[in-house]
Amino acid sequence: MTTVVVGAGHAGLAASHFLTGRSIEHVVLERGEVANSWRRERWDSLRLLTPNWLSRLPGHHYSGPDPDGYMTSGEVAEFIEHFAGVTRAPVRTGTAVTAIRRAGTGYHVVTSGGELSCRSVVLATGACNVPVVPAFAAAVPAGVRQLTPFGYRGPEDLGEGGVLVVGASATGVQIAAELRRSGRPVILSVGEHVRMPRLHRDRDVLWWMDASGVWDQRYDEVDDLTRARRLPSPQLAGTPERATLDLNALTGLGVELVGRLAAVRDDVLLFSGGLRNVCSLADLKMRRLLAGFDEWAGLRPEAELPPTRVPPAARLRLDLGRGEIATIVWATGFRPDYSWLDVPVVDEKGRLRHEGGVVDSPGLYALGLPLLRRRRSTFLSGIEDDAREVIGHLAAAPAVRG
Amino acid sequence: MATIDNGVNVQALLEAREALKGAPEAAQFTWRASSKWQKGAHSTTSIEKFFGLGQEQTHKSESVFAADHPEIFAAEDNGITPIEYLLVGLASCLTAGVASVAQNRGIQLRSVESTVEGGHDIRGILGADSDVRNGFNDIKVTFKIDADASAEEIEALVAQSQKRSAVYDALTNPTSVTVEVA
Ligand SMILES: Cc1cc2nc3c(=O)[nH]c(=O)nc-3n(C[C@H](O)[C@H](O)[C@H](O)COP(=O)(O)OP(=O)(O)OC[C@H]3O[C@@H](n4cnc5c(N)ncnc54)[C@H](O)[C@@H]3O)c2cc1C
Repeated sequence: MTTVVVGAGHAGLAASHFLTGRSIEHVVLERGEVANSWRRERWDSLRLLTPNWLSRLPGHHYSGPDPDGYMTSGEVAEFIEHFAGVTRAPVRTGTAVTAIRRAGTGYHVVTSGGELSCRSVVLATGACNVPVVPAFAAAVPAGVRQLTPFGYRGPEDLGEGGVLVVGASATGVQIAAELRRSGRPVILSVGEHVRMPRLHRDRDVLWWMDASGVWDQRYDEVDDLTRARRLPSPQLAGTPERATLDLNALTGLGVELVGRLAAVRDDVLLFSGGLRNVCSLADLKMRRLLAGFDEWAGLRPEAELPPTRVPPAARLRLDLGRGEIATIVWATGFRPDYSWLDVPVVDEKGRLRHEGGVVDSPGLYALGLPLLRRRRSTFLSGIEDDAREVIGHLAAAPAVRG
Repeated sequence: MATIDNGVNVQALLEAREALKGAPEAAQFTWRASSKWQKGAHSTTSIEKFFGLGQEQTHKSESVFAADHPEIFAAEDNGITPIEYLLVGLASCLTAGVASVAQNRGIQLRSVESTVEGGHDIRGILGADSDVRNGFNDIKVTFKIDADASAEEIEALVAQSQKRSAVYDALTNPTSVTVEVA
């Protein structure tokens, strides 16, 4: 085998498309089904936060009746599955890769269905394999149920009682809103976040990201790449009403805001007193972003969005012994899992060492990581250019072609 | 852009950041203070040595701080109250932050002044009401900044200085504290 692609999400399938285009013999190994993460790792009500017209894969785009709508997870899975069919991707489903080792000038790949050797490997296993949960979750008393976005399906699964959602990025704000609408008291713990209106001047805010070139900024042009790669997802939700889901909208729904969860001490949760500043920072950054769009479009600035309403005396502590909170949902981010990768290319923080997807080991490549080669890399529409360039590098590397 | 100078060596700070990224051991500092009771609420605390960059370090000179309670607490007022030292720490930390961020962003500062007010219900420390906490209920900092920058840029300076402030973090987040008798 020349090339092994690990993972049949949109990233692995895009890699396959360009490998096929260059007649490079390859196989795509997938532990579950095609688009597995959209089938198994998303809560029931999830819709993309990117509009349909931004669901673009190489030579394949949304052609339905509602370009401004947002796909459900099921629709994304179908969209990706259709792409896999059209491109005749050589996918081996139900095949988990359990180890990859350097062997000679290539790699030895161990899977649940046998072993194979290859010259090059494309890691397309996703950036969100494991929900990140802070260590102090272990100190939460047993009577409080704890869930991650992988375990959470919808409000029906939760018992009665209040819910604390920790984390106010896309996942946290969406889950907090849905739980509050189900009638439960909801407290949202807010750290640094990215505020965005759904629409700016009647267009989807992501239209502006796309059209103004913000999303085309390359990884080698970004000031602080490590920080940019860790940027939390924007407070956006895809709903038919195209409604904004920032903290003011959540406050309007009756969600109580508290600061970043800082510690758990004797069954008491302690929140940071810095809520006001994380909100000011998010307001400032949002205003700068929108002003940049207006400047790009040559438009006079519009009335600014109102600042985030921060409760005058947000709670600093919450006693879990008092029964107010029955469930904690940890919406504290995700991380990739490389525990099966026996090649020394992962840093002390668990991040892959790579330059625009060219991993620090000859013949090893990655796709589908945040800001891999440009800001849009994080999203479906970013894969086409990334995959073309990364596979271009793979094809040009002499040892790799064989 | 004209060269601006707020007296901050940003280059050195950026270099230190890069160097310490790969050397977390060297980044481990221990700040130390030694305190001595005088009489009543009066104590003096001196600070001279600290540990950092892998070795013992010494300030240019020793600083001594007197703390006491005011006369309305039936004390001699030989120095500021201990909780006021937190205001000193917060104001000076945020101000240093404003200067460095401004330097880094190419903003010339002309003057930076601030007032810090800590709201304190002393029934807590007196044990008069067990529902009242001992520490501050809230702290309000007000900056007055004159600089070659828009109002929005100044707001961003102040927000960023909070984001990178050691004392702001220490006051807004819980810290594990161990007190022992040697
Ligand atoms: C909650 C959530 C919401 C998101 N919303 C949007 C959005 O609105 N718009 C947008 O553009 N993007 C969104 N994203 C980001 C991104 O598009 C998705 O994460 C997308 O699934 C990434 O695609 P991928 O192909 O890189 O990885 P994945 O879709 O995760 O695919 C990786 C595949 O690799 C397989 N795999 C993993 N490990 C192994 C192994 N060891 N052996 C074999 N197979 C393996 C997995 O089963 C999976 O099928 C969202 C992400 C999350 C987590």
